[in-house]
Amino acid sequence: QNDGYRTLSLSGHVGFGSLPDQLVKKSTKQGFCFNILCIGETGCGKSTLINSLFNTNFDDPASMHFLPSVRLRAQTYELQESNVLLKLTIVNTVGFGDQINKEDSYQPIVDYIDAQFEAYLQEELKIKRSLFSYHDTRIHVCLYFISPTGHSLKTLDLLTMKSLDSKVNIIPIIGKADSISKTELQKFKNKIMSELASNGIQIYHFPTDDETVSKINTIMNGHLPFAVVGSTEEVKIGNKTVRARQYPWGIVQVENENHCDFVKLREMLICTNMEDLREQTHARHYELYRRCRLEEMGFRDIGPENKPVSLQEAYEAKRHEFYLEMQRKEEEMRQQFVQRVKEKEVMLKEAEQQIQTKFEHRMLMHQEVKLKLERKKKALEDEIAMFIEKKANAELLQSQASVSTPVVSLKRDKDRK
Amino acid sequence: CQLFGYVGIEAVLDQMKIKTMKTGFEFNIMVVGQSGLGKSTMVNTLFKSKVSRKASQPGQEERIPKTVQLQSVTHVIEEKGVKMKLTVTDTPGFGDQINNENCWDPIIKYINEQYERYLREEILITRKRKIPDTRVHGCVYFIPPTGHWLRPLDLEFMQRLSKIVNVVPVIAKADTLTLEERAEFKQRIQEDLKTHAISVYPQEDFDQDPDDRALNDRIREEIPFAVVGADQEHQVNGKRVLGRKTKWGIIEVENPAHCEFPLLRDLLIRSHLQDLKDITHNVHYESYRVRRLNES
Repeated sequence: QNDGYRTLSLSGHVGFGSLPDQLVKKSTKQGFCFNILCIGETGCGKSTLINSLFNTNFDDPASMHFLPSVRLRAQTYELQESNVLLKLTIVNTVGFGDQINKEDSYQPIVDYIDAQFEAYLQEELKIKRSLFSYHDTRIHVCLYFISPTGHSLKTLDLLTMKSLDSKVNIIPIIGKADSISKTELQKFKNKIMSELASNGIQIYHFPTDDETVSKINTIMNGHLPFAVVGSTEEVKIGNKTVRARQYPWGIVQVENENHCDFVKLREMLICTNMEDLREQTHARHYELYRRCRLEEMGFRDIGPENKPVSLQEAYEAKRHEFYLEMQRKEEEMRQQFVQRVKEKEVMLKEAEQQIQTKFEHRMLMHQEVKLKLERKKKALEDEIAMFIEKKANAELLQSQASVSTPVVSLKRDKDRK
Repeated sequence: CQLFGYVGIEAVLDQMKIKTMKTGFEFNIMVVGQSGLGKSTMVNTLFKSKVSRKASQPGQEERIPKTVQLQSVTHVIEEKGVKMKLTVTDTPGFGDQINNENCWDPIIKYINEQYERYLREEILITRKRKIPDTRVHGCVYFIPPTGHWLRPLDLEFMQRLSKIVNVVPVIAKADTLTLEERAEFKQRIQEDLKTHAISVYPQEDFDQDPDDRALNDRIREEIPFAVVGADQEHQVNGKRVLGRKTKWGIIEVENPAHCEFPLLRDLLIRSHLQDLKDITHNVHYESYRVRRLNES
């Protein structure tokens, strides 16, 4: 463990034994983030359990059964206990298991978990980043509620858990466990665990490598899945008021270990392993996601000649590639534009030509018609002139004739008389 | 939201403590100053063990090197179940040549190399669970006790380095200054630092809340600490204390009335060790990363 370094012995008190306290003090000031995802069918007791776990009343309205698809609803609360500030985010699946066709039920959940990882990855890849003040939304634990049928897991359960087991820490829970008797419960638990094992589903196991918690964690691992009962009501028993559910045949006390595993769940989830859950999420699930995603984006650690390629160089190469692509596209577009302009120009020129020819043609016609009309006009004028001449001649003749014929008319007149 | 009863959230503090004690801590400190100012003795006194070998031991024919060389020595020390991997980087040859121009370059190069190493590990696709941290968390700069002002070398060095690492200036071999001379020297140094806009640790910009500010203001009033180092014990008033024995008395290193070594030790180890590491990681490393990713 010492990596080959010499161990020195101290000849006096130095004082760095206070280091863990310094670290804890800093973390306390920053506050902690904890994100729980509750998956379960509508009405299996998710919200009640969360209220009981954190001993408070989160305002979470119950949902209907008629939603067309599974949605996730996340709500963040700030809890404070002594000097520890906890930013708790509860993500509920709304409408899970309600549809007639449940093929796509688990997809929104997987997408949500991936989206949180992606957001963290993006922040981490940024050039100017602020990781220490980043509000971590990655899911630290998934409480999977199994219906208390008493038989075995449903296909939907197996399918959903299989798609999530490499992305999040899964703790299976039997909800509304007050409907199962003790003997049935043990058989049910064994059946569930063997089904999980035979399907290769990796649920979260409480860590057993640290002596301080290994004993209790090993015991608790044997009690999985926890059969829990939640309650928002309090019942008076003896001289104490406890959270319980009152039936005509008895009272189920939430915090009584003989009645249900609620206390075990709270112990394991909060008091003993909260930090481990957060660390597993970051060191295992997130790293896996990051590795897959970066490889998807085309980054490699080893270059083509088997020499290590730094992410930055790969990033650079990608950026360069992208830049070239952009340039090429820009060039293409520019060429297209130029082409189009040319075509349009040609079209317009043609049109211009056409109009020009038409115009000239019209002008020509106009000239011709004008000429014709002028000729006609000339012809008519000539006629008029001739006519006037004729008229003048006729008048002249008539005036000569009238001078020699007036006696005739008189004689005629006399005759008449 | 209001909690109606005990939940157990505060147990996460203990969980965290257990985890960190298991993984252990790393701390990297660099000491810079001319030879003969008591750097190695100071480190040995700080960590109460023979971390550095002193150059002035009889039989060691170590000459002053012609250029600044950096020597890192790593040890593992344990106290109260807390394991610490301590790396001390010494800089023999600093300021010892006739022409000391750019003698800070090897030091800057070393510090940046550690940042580079960490960056390369961080951007790997398959990266280690715990990235080994060799970044320098604190640089203790030894000012010779002239009693006058800061010398050009001191100013140049601190100006350049306070931008990339936490610099803690100390007045070395302070047993040659009387209390009045010490106070005046400090005053002048503080003015010099202000005039040249050198921000030494604890930097004002990184105070997080009023409590921090109040605590750090008190520390800033006393910077630079006037220290004396010693690794031999003597008998004083029936107790064995670390000190320097002279004809005119014994200078007790851990006596706040004699010198300010306890203040330095408390700052570096007992109260601000985690803070030194955090500022190195969140501020200096991040700005190195920004520069590095921007320059290509």
